[in-house]
Amino acid sequence: MISSLTQAERGAAMLITLAGMVAGLAMAAAGQGDPMGAHGWIVLAFFALFFGLLVRAAYETEVPEDRSLAYYDDPTKVGILIALAWAVIAMGMGLWVAAQLAWPELRFDAAWSGFGRLRPVHTSGVIFGFGGNALIATSFHIMQRTSRARMPGQVAPWFVLLGFNLFCIIAASGYLMGVTQSKEYAEPEWYADIWLVVVWVVYFTLYIRTLARRHEPHIYVANWYYLAFILVVAVLHIVNNLAVPASWTGAKSYSAFSGVQDAMTQWWYGHNAVAFFLTSGFLGMLYYFLPKRAGRPIYSYRLSIISFWGITFFYIWAGSHHLHYTALPHWVQTLGMTFSVMLLVPSWASAGNALMTLNGAWHKVRDDATLRFMMVAAVFYGLSTFEGSFMAIRPVNGLSHYTDWTIGHVHAGAMGWVALITFGSIYALVPGLWRRETMYSWKAVEWHFWLALAGTVIYVFAMWNSGIIQGLMWRTYGESGTLLYSFTDSLVAMHPYYVARAFGGLLFVTGAIIGAWNVVMTIRHVPRQVPAHDRPTTPKTMEPALPAAE
Amino acid sequence: MDIPHELFVGFSKSFGLFYLIALSIGITLYAFWPSLKERFDKAAKSILDDEDGPCR
Repeated sequence: MISSLTQAERGAAMLITLAGMVAGLAMAAAGQGDPMGAHGWIVLAFFALFFGLLVRAAYETEVPEDRSLAYYDDPTKVGILIALAWAVIAMGMGLWVAAQLAWPELRFDAAWSGFGRLRPVHTSGVIFGFGGNALIATSFHIMQRTSRARMPGQVAPWFVLLGFNLFCIIAASGYLMGVTQSKEYAEPEWYADIWLVVVWVVYFTLYIRTLARRHEPHIYVANWYYLAFILVVAVLHIVNNLAVPASWTGAKSYSAFSGVQDAMTQWWYGHNAVAFFLTSGFLGMLYYFLPKRAGRPIYSYRLSIISFWGITFFYIWAGSHHLHYTALPHWVQTLGMTFSVMLLVPSWASAGNALMTLNGAWHKVRDDATLRFMMVAAVFYGLSTFEGSFMAIRPVNGLSHYTDWTIGHVHAGAMGWVALITFGSIYALVPGLWRRETMYSWKAVEWHFWLALAGTVIYVFAMWNSGIIQGLMWRTYGESGTLLYSFTDSLVAMHPYYVARAFGGLLFVTGAIIGAWNVVMTIRHVPRQVPAHDRPTTPKTMEPALPAAE
Repeated sequence: MDIPHELFVGFSKSFGLFYLIALSIGITLYAFWPSLKERFDKAAKSILDDEDGPCR
């Protein structure tokens, strides 16, 4: 892969890795005796690895290549493989923490293996490691295809993909050492946050530069969703992570916000991480891969535009529903609740649009597990957005909040919607991307589909039962007006559901392992088949087509 | 300039109403503008053949 870089690109990459090594060494020296020092060594090793690869290839001759004839897919391929690796690791972590809740002795008494440290490894690993890499990889694919133009340059995409993974590694290793700023889904400390901003700005400019080279008059709607994901996540990340480091030589920092303002900022971030990381980008995937796989254009393009703006502008206001019955002003809680209920309209518009696209292609859904992944993902998207709107209503929240119902809701979205649309997209993408005839085993795709669906259903039902029992037990009063059940009573009542939840997780992670194996076998053993087309449009002039030229 | 607390709270509570209504009208007009229909239809179909050669 390095051989396809020009000498100038290799030089630029070497400079970046060298700068990274220097930064890592400085962190290791300054942060001695603090987790930041350990992170310094990780940064140093990370950049040294890629510096080494570049040095080894330094005297390899450039492979002459006409870049106007092909899309640049190497980062997409690597991104897909990394996403699958994160899926197996992070879903495995999820299984471990689920099993710890059912059988606490599985902690094995180490500091790093406690629930509080492993849980963020699971959540960040799945959301950022699996989801983030899948989003970056598919966005590289989609932005080039829908623009019919190749990405500009070959350093920036690698910087984005690998830089993002450095952030993920720093995050996960930090949690194990006890580094956290105690903000959900924003646990990494200040230096990791600053690094992610750098990576994200490069990602955004790369996307815009590719769109600027497009040979299509209209920017296809999937790109809008990806751009909303990139832009809004940048805003959320920067604002929520505003903090003052306690010192330049340690990981600890103090948030710029305090009290209820801190809570509101965090849940404005937290809910919009769900909206723009876990929804918007994946809707981009849906709007591209589902019509393509079904061989039918999206049912209503106009509806997709309206639901895009609806989702974008309603979600931003919904975060305060995480703070019902708190010190947050009542009208702000009501505002969040109202917008959460309104959100049902654009969410169901998207889910309905996806399902109506399949209307007339149900035989394909029956025969093709890849398309079935996407169809079930759209159904779960509809279900979990309905559930989310419902749970945001204040009295319902009074029962559901702080119980396992919330966990069940998140997993209906994360497993049923996000993971299924991602696996469907990966199966749709892999054979074409690696120029293979087909997937190695369609039977394995079927197995993955049914394991994933069964795992999700078992998980969600277990958490619904557990959560509602918790909620009811915590609010049951005796005749004397005292609580009838102790917390331990509710914990004992939860045990069977925790066992069921771990079993659902086991099925799901087994499916993911089968999927990863199938992708690797496809790359290694399936005969090549080069599609006749799948290349950028060659413009008649050297200038990119302008929207005005349509 | 001294902004009274009441005015500030009133503005905070209501400005979103007006800008969201304006926005939804604008977006609906854009989505249903008759002359854009052709462009949207073309865009919806464009992805089906993007890996099978140029559309034009």
